[in-house]
Amino acid sequence: MSTAREAAPLVEASGIVKRYGPTVALQDGRLTVRPGESHALVGRNGAGKSTLVSVLTGLQAPDAGTVAFDGRPAPPLSDRDGWRAKVACVYQKPTVVPGLTVAENLFLNRQPAGRGGFVSWRRLHSEAARLLETWDVRVAPDAVTAELKVEDRQMVEIARALSFGSRFIVLDEPTAQLDNREIERLFDRMRALQESGVTFLFISHHLQEVYEVCQTVTVLRDARWITTAPVAELPRAALVEAMAGEAVAAHGGAAHRRVDQDAPVRLDVRGLTSEAYEDVDFRIRRGEVVGLGGSSASGKIELAETLAGLHTPRTGRAELDGVPLPFGDVPKALKAGVGCVPRDRHDQGLVPGMSIGDNATMTVLDRLGRFGLVATTAKRGRAEQLITRLDIHTEGPDQPVSDLSGGNAQKVVMAKALASDPRLLVLINPTAGVDVKSKESLLSRVDTAREDGTAVLVVSDELDDLRRCDRVLVLFHGRVVATHPAGWHDHELIASIEGVQDAEGEDRG
Amino acid sequence: MQKEKTVADLKAPAPPAADAPPTRAPAAKQLQPALLRRARELALVPALVLLVLLGAVVNDNFLTERNLISVLSASAALAMVVLAESLVLITGKFDLSLESVVGIAPALGAMLVLPAVQAGLGTELPAWVAILAILGVGAVLGAVNGVLVVRFKLNAFIVTLAMLIVLRGVLVGMTEGKTLFGMPDSFYTLATTTFLGIPMSVWLAAAAFAVAGFLLKYHRVGRALYAIGGNAAAARASGIRVERVMLGVFVTAGLLAAVGGLMQTGYVGAINANQGQNMIFTVFAAAVIGGISLDGGKGSMLGALTGVLLLGVVQNLLTLAQVPSFWIQAIYGGIILAALMIARVTSGRAQD
Repeated sequence: MSTAREAAPLVEASGIVKRYGPTVALQDGRLTVRPGESHALVGRNGAGKSTLVSVLTGLQAPDAGTVAFDGRPAPPLSDRDGWRAKVACVYQKPTVVPGLTVAENLFLNRQPAGRGGFVSWRRLHSEAARLLETWDVRVAPDAVTAELKVEDRQMVEIARALSFGSRFIVLDEPTAQLDNREIERLFDRMRALQESGVTFLFISHHLQEVYEVCQTVTVLRDARWITTAPVAELPRAALVEAMAGEAVAAHGGAAHRRVDQDAPVRLDVRGLTSEAYEDVDFRIRRGEVVGLGGSSASGKIELAETLAGLHTPRTGRAELDGVPLPFGDVPKALKAGVGCVPRDRHDQGLVPGMSIGDNATMTVLDRLGRFGLVATTAKRGRAEQLITRLDIHTEGPDQPVSDLSGGNAQKVVMAKALASDPRLLVLINPTAGVDVKSKESLLSRVDTAREDGTAVLVVSDELDDLRRCDRVLVLFHGRVVATHPAGWHDHELIASIEGVQDAEGEDRG
Repeated sequence: MQKEKTVADLKAPAPPAADAPPTRAPAAKQLQPALLRRARELALVPALVLLVLLGAVVNDNFLTERNLISVLSASAALAMVVLAESLVLITGKFDLSLESVVGIAPALGAMLVLPAVQAGLGTELPAWVAILAILGVGAVLGAVNGVLVVRFKLNAFIVTLAMLIVLRGVLVGMTEGKTLFGMPDSFYTLATTTFLGIPMSVWLAAAAFAVAGFLLKYHRVGRALYAIGGNAAAARASGIRVERVMLGVFVTAGLLAAVGGLMQTGYVGAINANQGQNMIFTVFAAAVIGGISLDGGKGSMLGALTGVLLLGVVQNLLTLAQVPSFWIQAIYGGIILAALMIARVTSGRAQD
């Protein structure tokens, strides 16, 4: 593609306004993307990113404002092919049909026809193979899409977008479900595609990634455009300030707090072994926060879920205050004093149709009444208490949880875990898909819990979550390979997560 | 990922050998997933074979030509409705009212030709008009369901449940509960005319399954059904006219059910006011046993057909074994449950 006409922006949106009833989703959306760059779009949840993307991809018409591609006005909303040739978006939610093969998803509704206008499966597969090869996507065309890894599914979606002729691709939080190694691979792919003339709009909550892969950044806040600048000219603190509208204190390290080494041991794990992990030993004292790092295949999530009663290990045991933890039985684990923030709030964390109050008190209903009946006043009181305690922005406990933004929804999940006053708190990716400010608020809950003597286990892919821990254990292929006391350097932790003993050259932080 | 790449690489440079039997390790590896998928489609075949063997052992009459043909003719009408329901299910929707269409469509057709003294409407139209009317009624009823579900976005389950009750009620009201008989021969042709000793209804059902199976596999619209049932948003984003296709599926299903009704009329020789009643349960059982997912997007015509045949054989065996008629239902239900469990085990995947 020609990058010669450097003056003409590839995409230009200005003065975009979008309202949904009384809610203003976007008051002043602006975006100018130059050909060949990777452009970051950042902002807290609710800042208007998704709305801007849906306008940019022609899914919604703005109430005011214009969108232009290559200096020409965008096609009308009904001209899907016209839009597809200009822009494509890879969403967090897959836009592929899970039961069909990769080849068919690539050519859905435009399958190459053979004799008599019927689908020619042979040509479908050969053309799919050629397309995948052109963009160096290493996926078998006849693989069933549901069985692909997230990163491969994303690449298939990118290849499909490119095959429509679009050279502008929106990536909506593409790294949210990837581990570090997969993220690196995605970035390598992005850079390679960028060299062949593809332009990206990259949306992420991880500012580190913005600095790593993007050249320009646009910040939205409170439904408005705030700034657009080359990333090189916008230091991290300034970027965070632009997003938050105020200076957020840089992540407070946990180094200033020391756990009393004589504090009694709360959780004692010995020789825990299953398919996902092997011979895991560790102890958490009262008021101690222990992090668990590792790649997505390291077994860290399975280990945490085992402690929360979701799996049964093959051998080994775990004791909470000297009493063996029941395995493979969530109600028993709850009763034994384990609270858990599960890995995915959409899948396991919340019942979207139920109210905030019902969700938050789901784990403690047996304490709110007798003979299986639930006292509504007690429930309401408990829910309101939790809403205040976790600073959930809501109209009240009766609001459906599906109304909430990502950050607030995650606070409800946290409230649910805390509602039972657990002695062991297991947090799995507690800040995934959450904005900067909610993240602070969620993590400060961890500090309150530890002050009450709770033992906390934090499993996360995010260094910011792990930074607050008193120490971080790293799992690699199911074994604990390293322990980092608080105050570690990013590259040290990443090196052991990646299974590299020598930290040089692996520095992502 | 690396492995897939090497497999592809190994396979590419040997085009002439590609179709050869999987003697070499890489080719075998490549073929395995496809074969496995194929095997899953035919998950019921072992159960079917087992039942046929059992039948042959238990009753000497079972494996006779006459009995096998009677199994087929008894299953033809059910097969048409299962085909109709499978199309709707693959698209991710429901249509419970098909069983009432099986009754009301041929009944309306019959009333158009019958004189008033025989419970007809007194119009005494020619038979070919009546046959067309039967198909038309099926299509129109399908369209009504489709519009309510697709355009007005009502819940398919409840809409078609209500339609089921309404249509049944209308049929009972129109006929005042009487049985219609004495229609022109063309009403019975499908069951009475034979080709190679097999009734036309069986040939027609077989042809319908073959055509549907072919279109589902080799036509864009057929593939669109899977896409819509699997992920409607993705289908829409690919430029598939989701609403239009769904509407078409409902109309087709109504039409097919009407044909099934005509077959049933020919088989029974009359139209009872409760023709097709409770049939929908068997239809769903056959479809699900045959691997059609109630969640949409999954299943094949071949699977649905094996489901129909399995239930047909069971029904026949129960009759041959002279099971007391009071017990047939309980045993039939139990066998459906067992078949579901067998299908779950042999296919190795959750039935959703």
